[in-house]
Amino acid sequence: MSNIFDILGPVMVGPSSSHTAGAVRIGYITRVLLGEEPIVADIGLYGSFSSTGKGHGTDRALVAGLLGMHPDDIRIPQSFELAREAGLDFAIHGIQLQDAHPNTAVIEVTGKNHKKLSVESCSIGGGRIRISKLDGITVNCSGESPTLIVHNIDQPGHVAEVTSMMAKCEVNIATMQLYRDKRGGYAVMVIETDQQVPEEKRRWLENLDGVIKVTYIDGEEI
Amino acid sequence: MSFQALEDILTVCDEEKILFWEAVLREDMNDRLVSREDSISKMKEMWYAMFHASRHYDASLKSSSGLVGGTGGQMDLYRQREEPICGDFVAEVMAEALKMGESNACMKRIVAAPTAGACGVIPAVLVPLYKRGQVTEEQVIEALYVTAGIGQVIAERAFIAGATGGCQAEIGSASSMAAGALVYLKGGSNAAIAQGSAMALKNLLGLVCDPVAGLVEVPCVKRNVIGAVNALSSADMALAGIESRIPPDQVIDAMKEIGTKMHVSLRETGEGGVANTPTAQLVRERLEKNGD
Repeated sequence: MSNIFDILGPVMVGPSSSHTAGAVRIGYITRVLLGEEPIVADIGLYGSFSSTGKGHGTDRALVAGLLGMHPDDIRIPQSFELAREAGLDFAIHGIQLQDAHPNTAVIEVTGKNHKKLSVESCSIGGGRIRISKLDGITVNCSGESPTLIVHNIDQPGHVAEVTSMMAKCEVNIATMQLYRDKRGGYAVMVIETDQQVPEEKRRWLENLDGVIKVTYIDGEEI
Repeated sequence: MSFQALEDILTVCDEEKILFWEAVLREDMNDRLVSREDSISKMKEMWYAMFHASRHYDASLKSSSGLVGGTGGQMDLYRQREEPICGDFVAEVMAEALKMGESNACMKRIVAAPTAGACGVIPAVLVPLYKRGQVTEEQVIEALYVTAGIGQVIAERAFIAGATGGCQAEIGSASSMAAGALVYLKGGSNAAIAQGSAMALKNLLGLVCDPVAGLVEVPCVKRNVIGAVNALSSADMALAGIESRIPPDQVIDAMKEIGTKMHVSLRETGEGGVANTPTAQLVRERLEKNGD
């Protein structure tokens, strides 16, 4: 399903909706997920991103997104220079992955308050993207609707805590996915919602025992 | 989006006694739950971005591979110095198509219409008409709704990405959308809009996507020219009352069938066709050497 402005639009810096506009979005969503200004980024490119990325400006586009730019920002071609000014230290290299989408980037990012995050995302065409791994755990979301992501220790009760909080503030759940690396290990909850999840509720979640971190995409800025 | 066919748009137009563009506008209001004003102002943004990109073309720019740049300026010089075979209006359309395609390849801001690779076709036919005072801004906005309606039906029934359907899905779709806009701007009926779009698409069926080194440069920039010129001739045929012998929606379905049967080396992989020529292979090797 697409609306008429997916057909006529988006306004974007060229040359490619998947390799340039999508790459900016991947960088941007990585910054949003980190929740603070990134100061170190290790960017791994796979498949077509790696082989034709330079000619499409994929490298500059990803860095532009990490700096908080959108796909129509005319400063995208200068992003390397702007990153240096902003104090973002980045490295870009090719990587090998198994069974990944041909336009995939894995970004390991560290923020100015020492938060760390690893995000694997792919550009699926027309500038749209999918997040496929967070901190090495397989997930599947687009960032096009409000999305709450809770990283927690795999133990009973966390899903109930999150969902009852949402029920109380009348946030309807559109989709819900649960992932973990092993029993009792590291777990990730990805919840796409129809309404925004209030900030104070997200803060409250962050302070619960067993919750490692909470990240949020408001679904409007992507 | 409830329009699965151009025929559906024409039926709504008949039932409600409205123009093609109005049917597309109303559907957008329903689809995105926005007011008429909000929809129109968003469409204006698209037009301003197209016009801005056209005005700020820079003939001195080269793409990162060095393959593309400057031809829009060459075409303008030629127009000033000589009388083009196609006449000045068509030559201006060609120059606009080259400029937008080059701006895209040089990382300037453009409007994907329907894709970045085909971004030159629609502005190439609209900007010269507007600059010559033959159409008002309001009419251009209406014409853009016509293009969006046609493009959306193509996206619903077939595809608009080179990776899925070849260049016919990108330049072919853009040409079909532009032809519909031109028929509307020249006073053609709703049915003639659909006929013009059908003939434009039909004339580009089978066009493969074979970009050199996988980049949106060669042959993409110049394919914007054929998309735009083909839109002009198809619109003129429709305005003359000529009809596509195959109904418009069936032409779109044929495009889908062809795209599905198209070999993967000819669908944006940079492996076949023009991309597989000895010269293209040299370019690819040179870029790979510089890349790492």
